Amino acid sequence: MSEQTVKTIAAAREATTLLPAVDVIEDASGITLFADMPGVPRDKFDLQVGNDTLTLEGEVSLDMPTQMKATHAEVTLARYRRVFTLSKELDTGKVSAELNHGVLKVRIPKAEHVQPRKVSITVH
Amino acid sequence: MFSRAYSTRDVFAEMNRLQQELQQYLDHTPSIRGLSQSFPAINAGSTEQSVDIYAFVPGVDPASLDVQIEKGVLTIAGERKAENVPEKATLHVDERFAGRFRRVVTLPDDVESTTAQARYSDGVLHISLPRKEAVQPRRIAIQ
Repeated sequence: MSEQTVKTIAAAREATTLLPAVDVIEDASGITLFADMPGVPRDKFDLQVGNDTLTLEGEVSLDMPTQMKATHAEVTLARYRRVFTLSKELDTGKVSAELNHGVLKVRIPKAEHVQPRKVSITVH
Repeated sequence: MFSRAYSTRDVFAEMNRLQQELQQYLDHTPSIRGLSQSFPAINAGSTEQSVDIYAFVPGVDPASLDVQIEKGVLTIAGERKAENVPEKATLHVDERFAGRFRRVVTLPDDVESTTAQARYSDGVLHISLPRKEAVQPRRIAIQ
């Protein structure tokens, strides 16, 4: 396959994904992200952490009877994908994730040297 | 701080994607987006044996879901709590639906609501309603 073909396929795949709704909460020690990805079983998740990006991907797999005809569809695609840019102070080596009823929770801690530290004052 | 990475990808693919997203907002075409969309999103399908409803209702305790069928109308109701934002924490992005929800679906006449089955897995509520035994055409004798 030529490079162009690969790019076209990648672009087509990109264009046919659902954008999962997310909540992002930041506290002093890191960032917590919640993403709604209903219908994705545990083994169909693909969570990738690069140097400065976080990619969430998942494929919807529903228990559907064979020969079922869709009569009404609001979720029309079977793949979720969303990419986030991470900032420097986040420790990408310590990302953890958990799944709860179709909600993916990702925790990205801040690197230790940027976490607030209380400096104690010694009185002489 | 959080945005999609544009740098490494084909610019035209990004433009296509942006255009598609914009179109989705303008058209109100179905997507799983919380904004301006009803929650939960619902898909429905049918076979000769059953009618199947799929409600995409992630992050809810299945015991708290209220599913009722009355006079041929299916109601799915419940509540999804907002994520707890601790003190001194900042909520940067808030797209996910939170609060009470209720969706109503009119069912076809030939389904048997008494033997309906509901399952909740991976955040999807699947309600399967068997169709009634095919009613055979009957000839009425004239006296």
